[in-house]
Amino acid sequence: MVSGVAPDFEEKHAMKVLVPVKRVIDYNVKVRVKADGSGVDLANVKMSMNPFDEIAVEQAIRLKEAGKAEEVVAVSIGVKQAQETLRTALAMGADRAILVIAADDVHQDIEPLAVAKTLKAIVDEEQPGLVLAGKQAIDNDMNATGQMLSALLGWSQGAFASELDIDGDNAVVTREVDGGLQTIKVKMPTVVTVDLRLNEPRYASLPNIMKAKKKPLDEKTAADYGVDVSPRLEIVSTTEPEARKAGEIVGSVDELVAKLKEAGAI
Amino acid sequence: MAVLLLAEVAGGELSVDATAKALTAAKAMGDVTVLCAGAGCGGAAEAAAKLDGVSKVLCADDAAYGNGLAEPMADLLVSLAGDYEHIVAPATSSAKNILPRAAALLDVMVISDVSAVVDANTFERPIYAGNAIQTVKSSDAKKIVSVRTSTFDAAGEGGSAAVEAVAAAGNAGLSEWVEDKVAESDRPELTSAGVVVSGGRGVGSEEDFALIEKLADKLNAAVGASRAAVDSGYAPNDWQVGQTGKVVAPDLYVAIGISGAIQHLAGMKDSKIIVAINKDEEAPIFQVADYGLVADLFAAVPELTEKL
Ligand SMILES: Cc1cc2nc3c(=O)[nH]c(=O)nc-3n(C[C@H](O)[C@H](O)[C@H](O)COP(=O)(O)OP(=O)(O)OC[C@H]3O[C@@H](n4cnc5c(N)ncnc54)[C@H](O)[C@@H]3O)c2cc1C
Ligand SMILES: Cc1cc2nc3c(=O)[nH]c(=O)nc-3n(C[C@H](O)[C@H](O)[C@H](O)COP(=O)(O)OP(=O)(O)OC[C@H]3O[C@@H](n4cnc5c(N)ncnc54)[C@H](O)[C@@H]3O)c2cc1C
Repeated sequence: MVSGVAPDFEEKHAMKVLVPVKRVIDYNVKVRVKADGSGVDLANVKMSMNPFDEIAVEQAIRLKEAGKAEEVVAVSIGVKQAQETLRTALAMGADRAILVIAADDVHQDIEPLAVAKTLKAIVDEEQPGLVLAGKQAIDNDMNATGQMLSALLGWSQGAFASELDIDGDNAVVTREVDGGLQTIKVKMPTVVTVDLRLNEPRYASLPNIMKAKKKPLDEKTAADYGVDVSPRLEIVSTTEPEARKAGEIVGSVDELVAKLKEAGAI
Repeated sequence: MAVLLLAEVAGGELSVDATAKALTAAKAMGDVTVLCAGAGCGGAAEAAAKLDGVSKVLCADDAAYGNGLAEPMADLLVSLAGDYEHIVAPATSSAKNILPRAAALLDVMVISDVSAVVDANTFERPIYAGNAIQTVKSSDAKKIVSVRTSTFDAAGEGGSAAVEAVAAAGNAGLSEWVEDKVAESDRPELTSAGVVVSGGRGVGSEEDFALIEKLADKLNAAVGASRAAVDSGYAPNDWQVGQTGKVVAPDLYVAIGISGAIQHLAGMKDSKIIVAINKDEEAPIFQVADYGLVADLFAAVPELTEKL
């Protein structure tokens, strides 16, 4: 008889995955610029997890389900209310969460460089084998944090991933780029930022939402990590973009063609 | 002030439109040196030297730069950064991959997708899918800026800058290129086309997307798509227009079977003339359209293609 299969080393050394999640205005909410030009009104509006980060959480959970990850840790940096965002990640299936309180006012956002520095300190402590971040946060659309974190760690980066295949010491990442798709092979550990088509995130079930309330959520402050979060960019003003003036409804294709000719568009 | 403009180089060739538009923004910040990096980028450097208002062109010719990998490209920028107060690039997917990495290595913030240059330290950029415009002033010693090309006119030709070779900055080998899947097309490029015809979920299938393409060809237009159309497999990812796709501002944008979600509007609402064809008169796209046609696209689009 052949003796039993040797213990799976992959599994034994299976890695931890860190997923930074940001609390942002819900993507269905119509944003309103404050009349005094100081910013966007965030009081009493629906806030949700950044949609890209839901995709990152989903991918991390799938890696765990496939035996390629042993633990999924969600992290958020911002105001105390980001707890809710982390509970959502836990309800989806993350194992535990870390909240770094770096601001008291919901209107204060932390710049990607400061977020990346805080995340680096957490990575040094937690030693994940993979960080899965969103490609961009839908509030500031900066598209920067993952790439910055990767630089600070001296790790490889796979930005804008629509496919991810982790195989031992490497990951194969297919990236959505302007010309189409690019596939690269990156060394582990790595930072991957996820694009929309990587997966379709699950909804948290009610029992899982209940369970999530008991999962560990550590609260820290930026000072705990010795990170200076003071901004490098001063917001001079925030204004409403010029609105387009309403157009007209045409009655037929012929009328449309005539109008376009009149306007010199064709 | 000295500005280093990272040229968009793809397949060894200069992407003239994107680079020339970013050049216009860069010139508002100071004296511009263009960096072309690639595996065999001499041709790109020659082309960049002809752009109007370029003082000098640097050519970093090395296999490490052939596929635009972020790690060696960011290291190259850092090795050259000492001489410049600004590092600028068009906000392409390539620059969005590279600039934040270089910025973190230099311990400065990156300023993404700038839509106007107020002064050398102050920039406007759209946030919240273009629903607000923020003016930010940088206190960093170096400004690292990506430029939204759709809001700047391309610089012309007529320059004759000197081209200088610069040393490569090594390659730590953190990542390697495997393959590119790039669709070849005779159509104009989406981000620089004068006319764009886009289809949405209403088109219903990959086969029927041919209706959109036929109209586009009649108008010598580029083809775009909504996220829903891309997610459903009707159109490839590089056709997506919107907050998370490409930003376009053609003279004429035709939206067909697209409802007009804010994330889609973010990518096209600066178009000069917008036409919408949708069977639902309540569709929000009609609120931004100059000419709206409430009709079934399967009848209206072939008719329009024929009558043009
Ligand atoms: C209301 C408001 C007020 C602001 N006030 C100021 C101000 O007073 N001073 C100032 O200098 N700037 C301010 N800003 C601007 C802001 O600091 C940055 O421009 C902004 O953080 C840009 O990054 P992003 O969130 O778009 O990150 P991106 O780089 O687009 O985010 C990408 C990914 O990084 C991760 N990530 C990002 N942030 C976090 C986080 N906090 N926690 C966990 N993961 C995260 C997520 O995975 C996310 O998907 C403000 C912005 C807003 C909306
Ligand atoms: C984080 C995030 C980022 C996003 N980024 C983008 C982005 O970059 N770009 C983008 O486009 N979307 C983006 N979206 C998605 C966006 O919210 C919408 O879901 C999407 O734009 C809808 O696409 P659509 O208009 O094609 O589909 P739908 O909203 O389903 O609209 C289809 C339209 O077709 C019409 N129609 C149907 N049949 C016919 C017919 N026979 N004749 C005429 N009209 C017909 C319908 O009346 C309807 O108005 C993003 C969403 C999120 C959450």
